Amino acid sequence: MMYGYEWDTTTWLTYTTSILPIILIGLTVTLKAAAAGFAIALVLGLAFALLRRSRLIAISWTTAVIVEFLRDTPLLVQLFFLYYVLPEFGIVLPAFLTGALALGLQYAAYTSEVYRGGIEAVARGQWEAATALNLTRMQAYRDIIIPQAIPRIVPAMGNYLVAMIKETPVLSVVTVMEMMGLANMIGERTFEYLVPLTLVGLIFLLLTLICSAGLHRLQKALPKAGIPLR
Amino acid sequence: MTEDNTAPIIEFSNVAKRFGPLTVLDDFNFTVRKGEKVTLIGPSGSGKSTVLRILMTLEPFQDGRLTLSGMSYHEPNGKGPFKASERHLRQIRTHVGMVFQSFNLFPHMTVLRNVVEAPLRVLGIARAEAECRALQLLDMVGLADKKDFYPSQLSGGQQQRVAIARALAMRPRVLLFDEPTSALDPQLVGEVLSVIRGLAHEHDLTMLLVTHEMRFAREVSDRVCFFDKGRICEQGAPDEIFGAPREARTREFLSSVLA
Amino acid sequence: MDWTAYLPMLWQGAFVTMTITLASIAVGAVLAFVFGIMRVEGGPILSTIALCYTEVFRGTSLLVQLFWFYYALPLVGLSFDPITTGILVLAAHAGGYGAEIVRGALSSVSTQQLEAARALNFSRLQTLFRVSLPQAIVEMMPAFGNLAIETLKLSSLVSLISIADLTFAAQSIRNITLDSTSIYSITLLCYFAMSLVLMVAIRVVERLVRRGQAFPQMPRS
Ligand SMILES: Nc1ncnc2c1ncn2[C@@H]1O[C@H](COP(=O)(O)OP(=O)(O)OP(=O)(O)O)[C@@H](O)[C@H]1O
Ligand SMILES: [Mg+2]
Repeated sequence: MMYGYEWDTTTWLTYTTSILPIILIGLTVTLKAAAAGFAIALVLGLAFALLRRSRLIAISWTTAVIVEFLRDTPLLVQLFFLYYVLPEFGIVLPAFLTGALALGLQYAAYTSEVYRGGIEAVARGQWEAATALNLTRMQAYRDIIIPQAIPRIVPAMGNYLVAMIKETPVLSVVTVMEMMGLANMIGERTFEYLVPLTLVGLIFLLLTLICSAGLHRLQKALPKAGIPLR
Repeated sequence: MTEDNTAPIIEFSNVAKRFGPLTVLDDFNFTVRKGEKVTLIGPSGSGKSTVLRILMTLEPFQDGRLTLSGMSYHEPNGKGPFKASERHLRQIRTHVGMVFQSFNLFPHMTVLRNVVEAPLRVLGIARAEAECRALQLLDMVGLADKKDFYPSQLSGGQQQRVAIARALAMRPRVLLFDEPTSALDPQLVGEVLSVIRGLAHEHDLTMLLVTHEMRFAREVSDRVCFFDKGRICEQGAPDEIFGAPREARTREFLSSVLA
Repeated sequence: MDWTAYLPMLWQGAFVTMTITLASIAVGAVLAFVFGIMRVEGGPILSTIALCYTEVFRGTSLLVQLFWFYYALPLVGLSFDPITTGILVLAAHAGGYGAEIVRGALSSVSTQQLEAARALNFSRLQTLFRVSLPQAIVEMMPAFGNLAIETLKLSSLVSLISIADLTFAAQSIRNITLDSTSIYSITLLCYFAMSLVLMVAIRVVERLVRRGQAFPQMPRS
């Protein structure tokens, strides 16, 4: 995909301006991968959290072991596992999806803890009140527990989203051409790594600072008492 | 107030203390003579703790002059909120000790180390000597047998007695007590008061005590000062203040706390 | 071909992983304390330096940092061997996060404790080392434990700068045997086992730090 591009490496400034467009394309891939991974992590994490609260010991324990395993093993190896092993079982996914899935799996382990903490932090009294009002378990979750858990959960989730953005460069090892993969490739062609890698580093720094500031605002804006779902 | 004419050890003259827009002390004047035992009483928020905290250099003050044994708290060219160098403040602190309402023992040190640590590190006393003296002090407060316990293993009253021993180990000339029994369960108040009562007989030790224990104040102090809105509204011998208060505010306060 | 023949290679890789992880944790802990203390006690200049350090190493991606130090830095004439580069970058990364942990724990020491230290005439350094840090360190332990596990996991990235760690060994063996399922399963299990060992080690350190009776209650996490 890099043929036809010419990079002007005479000064760092011309070099930067000539690679900036392609790096920004990489940025969109980075953000898309993080977003896809985050979506998977949010859904899967909730599933893990609820399964862990299952009354069947077999289910809650199996979930606990899986979550612990996902949390204590490297993303890179999990990614290799998905990338090389899934096809052996006839599941062939595009590299981007494999990458997003790996990110999502690893972070589902983290988000499940956030959900669990959020649900458990809603006082036991609230459960008892829900029972006293004769709500079903489903209604209690939907109308009482989750609305109150949201303000506790959102900031932690935000932090994990930022962390995921910073981990997407790992996906470049399975040919997902995000920012850093592109910077590396440019470096290989020109034998001049300093400018592209520094540029990518700065973009990440900027991204992190912006996200943190945004999160800080969001946290202040959230109503402490809870957010009704309906 | 006439019988003893030793020089004043503490002298507030025209001291002003503000927290932002809130003026806590304004044109505050207050003198304590060497060895005197003074109790400060008064309603909540009247500035009693602030006076002690200023003396302990935990709070700066803005205007006026404060001296301790003739040493001024502000230095002529002093900078920062305290208008003095850290060295100067440390010099002042060698003369003052404080016992806090919530004990503030160091949770990670045993009782003995709590008492020994400051003499060892700050005064540079040899360990054997520091420990020997610490044990004497712990014995005095009746806790020598608890020397290897951690604060979390002691009752509130025991912790406060250790805190008194810890303050005394630095050999202060002025000892400040800020409501030393307010955080205690009623049945533990007595053991702490009896330790303080013992100290009241030390002639060289100047004591400033903020307390709500009026009977105790009457018993141990040479002088009682009634604070109201950052001023000393009335002061005098305990029998005068408690027996025949002149000011209406004092009568009002005493009847509310003694009721 | 049977992958069991390659077990020694995996074992060697695991050894490299452990070495790099432990070295990074050790160096990272030093950085964490130095920069964390600078943030809290350093005065305007030192604390700004510490702030820049933590923001840069927390705010940019670890893999970018690794490549930057591996590929880019030699171009301006600074180069280390890959293992040193790997350890230094991992340590700096962990140190950035660790400094935040140290800063948070130090600023959570109650003002009452600091006032007690002041009333006993401790100097600033004595207050820091004899009062604040011993209490703060208990608060730091759970977060440091997570960071240690995180460092173990992230150490797999050094395989991408040609260090023969566990992940690198797994990749090499797969390229020979093409038996991905067994080799990656066993590699994941190896990492899991190492994490568990590390957790036990952290528990032991934590217990030492709490000194039995001094902090009997679980700290807030
Ligand atoms: N750090 C602070 N910042 C702002 N205001 C303060 C601060 N400390 C004390 N104040 C205010 O100063 C006034 C005097 O406080 P101080 O603690 O000296 O009162 P007190 O007489 O000791 O009362 P109490 O009996 O409740 O202990 C109060 O109005 C209090 O709100
Ligand atoms: Mg007070």
